[in-house]
Amino acid sequence: MTPRLLLLAPLCIFLIIGGFLWKGLALKPQELPSVLIGQTAPPFQLSTVEDPTRHVTEALFQGHVTILNIWATWCSSCQTEHELWMQLAKKQDALFLVGLNYHDGLEDAKNWLKNLGNPYRLTLFDQNGRVGMDYGVYGTPETFIIDKRGVIRHRHVGPMDAMVWQEKLLPMIGVLENEK
Amino acid sequence: MIPELGHFALILALCLAGLQCVLPCAGIFKKNQAWMQTARSLVLGQCFFITLSFLCLGYAFVQDDFSVAYVAQSSNASLPWIYKISGIWSGHEGSLLLWVFLLSVWMLAVSLDSRRLPLIFSTRVLVVLGMIAFGFLLFLWATSNPFARFLPLSPIDGRDLNPILQDPGLIFHPPVLYMGYVGFSVPFAFAVSALWGARTEELPWAKWMRSWVLAAFGFLTIGIALGSWWAYYELGWGGWWFWDPVENASFMPWIVGIALIHSLMVSDKRGIFQSWTILLSIIAFALSLLGTFLVRSGILTSVHAFANDPKRGVFLLGFLLLVIGGALALYAVRAGLLPPRGARGRNDDAKIELFSRETAILVSTVFLLVGCATVLLGTLFPLIYDAFTGQKLSVGFPYFNAVFIPLIIPVLVLIPLGPLSKWGHNACRDILKKIKIEFIVSLVLAMLLPWIFAKTVSMGVVLGLGLGIWIGLGTFKSAFDKIRQKGFWGLSKGAWGMISAHGGMAILVIGVTLVSYYHVERDLRIKPHQVLEIADYQILFQSIEPIEGSNYIGSRGYFLVSKQGKQVADLRPEKRTFVAQGIKMTETAIDPGMFRDIYISLGDPLGGGSWSVRIYYKPFVRWIWAGGLLIALGSFLGAWGRRK
Repeated sequence: MTPRLLLLAPLCIFLIIGGFLWKGLALKPQELPSVLIGQTAPPFQLSTVEDPTRHVTEALFQGHVTILNIWATWCSSCQTEHELWMQLAKKQDALFLVGLNYHDGLEDAKNWLKNLGNPYRLTLFDQNGRVGMDYGVYGTPETFIIDKRGVIRHRHVGPMDAMVWQEKLLPMIGVLENEK
Repeated sequence: MIPELGHFALILALCLAGLQCVLPCAGIFKKNQAWMQTARSLVLGQCFFITLSFLCLGYAFVQDDFSVAYVAQSSNASLPWIYKISGIWSGHEGSLLLWVFLLSVWMLAVSLDSRRLPLIFSTRVLVVLGMIAFGFLLFLWATSNPFARFLPLSPIDGRDLNPILQDPGLIFHPPVLYMGYVGFSVPFAFAVSALWGARTEELPWAKWMRSWVLAAFGFLTIGIALGSWWAYYELGWGGWWFWDPVENASFMPWIVGIALIHSLMVSDKRGIFQSWTILLSIIAFALSLLGTFLVRSGILTSVHAFANDPKRGVFLLGFLLLVIGGALALYAVRAGLLPPRGARGRNDDAKIELFSRETAILVSTVFLLVGCATVLLGTLFPLIYDAFTGQKLSVGFPYFNAVFIPLIIPVLVLIPLGPLSKWGHNACRDILKKIKIEFIVSLVLAMLLPWIFAKTVSMGVVLGLGLGIWIGLGTFKSAFDKIRQKGFWGLSKGAWGMISAHGGMAILVIGVTLVSYYHVERDLRIKPHQVLEIADYQILFQSIEPIEGSNYIGSRGYFLVSKQGKQVADLRPEKRTFVAQGIKMTETAIDPGMFRDIYISLGDPLGGGSWSVRIYYKPFVRWIWAGGLLIALGSFLGAWGRRK
């Protein structure tokens, strides 16, 4: 009987993979509720990719709506997402887009920005991923929207897409801009 | 009018494909020869109409018919004509049409060749292929019609073709790659036919299948090599492999293809491993379909691209489940019936000895399949993770390097041992005696060469280089033995194919190792008239000047490369901005060489007349593609040699 059952194994494995693909199809770009929403952004002190001697803290988020985008050079979906950021940065000068380079090498990150273009005001360099951890980052890319007082208001997991940006985040940023 | 003709031809082809699934199939069950014979004419008709439809789309592109939505999306009037043609397969609808077109070409080839086969077997093969064609034509017609019109408000000019895709590499890469992907449908159809008749017949299907597998594999190899080459010089990153999901999608069928070719050889020559071979051919095609699904549904890179049209993904996945699930179900029921056949009849010689060519092949195919499974896991893991946790992440090259490379090392060690050992029984001592000099020589060379030329030695280099030399020497040795036995002209094409493919693998392994360990990359800020050094070379940045092309503007840098005072090359990298979309592109300049490439890519102006420039020194990088081409040549030789 055993060989007969063994012959069934490929079918079973295939059906399991098929099940995942099926589920994958049904997935929607999700925003993950985060415990951090409504909380002040966790403190940090990091250097930037552009200038390793410069030190930046969470005070960076004060006084304007910040879009914090977490990315890495080893992440292929970040590359796809990057084009969108480039377009947005070109279109909207007022956008305060900050990058956080997560678990990466300084040279790699520099090359990436040099080659693909740099849409960010500045890019924080989180080499060992400690700050990402504080922000509850599971994987790249992720994007946080932080209001003028430095409070996290929204979290988007996975690559940003133009539709979500246009229909959801842009209006949200507009509302936040008008807050005191 | 012409696009409507194309659309109509597509519908006719769909009808013929439907008939091809039903009529010859009914013939098989009713044992009606005349009905079975309709399969060939149906294939011919289908091929005609699909070709017609393909030409119509091409015509719409060349004529700039922007009332066709697909043309407007992927072409514009100022594009050079050759890119208008390659625009046909630059998007979703067109590349599916290309898929179907190539399927019909393979189908036609099978049907023209089918007179060598018993009618019932060839009819089954054509019915299975007809079902696949029907599924894809239905998909095209129902969800992705390339001929849909933008009426009445058709645009005056189309969007620009993505500049990355405006490259000679893209003209050939997708068709050749698809030729390989789609080609695996033929062994799949043979495998299903063999299972279909397993209860009543004993046919040498393995012999018939071989040339098809080899041909498809050859195309796939060239397709992958072209893709890697294109990424190397066009994307401006200087890498040749990124383990990106789309690359993996083509790499997985390639790996299984290698396993299939070798297991098939055992099934053909020795009549064993039959169910293993059949399973591998099903898996190879499943991975080709999966590749199409992954790339085309956008499921991995961007969920959104897919959410635009959920019908497409659901359809493709349903089709995948039906075709592969059906084949695997048939496998579960019938594979036990495939008898082990020896060269001289049933059950003769079907025992496997520990030290034999069979064992070497079996062990390698198992490792290859496991290696492929790890790549599959890495590719699908983000999806699985998402399904369980609702979170997204990306699996990068550290995983693939760490997991895949150790699994493939045993296979590389076994490559030269296979041809040197005999079918059946070998004394372990005989094999060792034959190859011990090669073993020692490759070990010594692997330590000595890096020490002499690079002054640094590391474990990775010794291992990689040693394996490469070992495969090379072992292959040379088996070629030498064969020539001594049969004379230079006495060797079959298949034997030459093996020598070429294994030699190619040796070159590939050496190239990969050396470029991974000894490449030098420098990113610099540099002004005209400055000189910089990389490896043994001096590079002088002479000047930078503005340029203008048919659809772009930009700058061109002039660099002089010299070595020990002698001028070696004069390189002119460019930075282009494409007017229609405002996208910036880097045109790298490469000084190619057999032992090294010098690669300059122009970054951005940094003010004060200085520019950011990246300069690479890539030793032995050409060996990777040369190895790939030799492997492809070997498989084509093998395919040709089998045709008797």
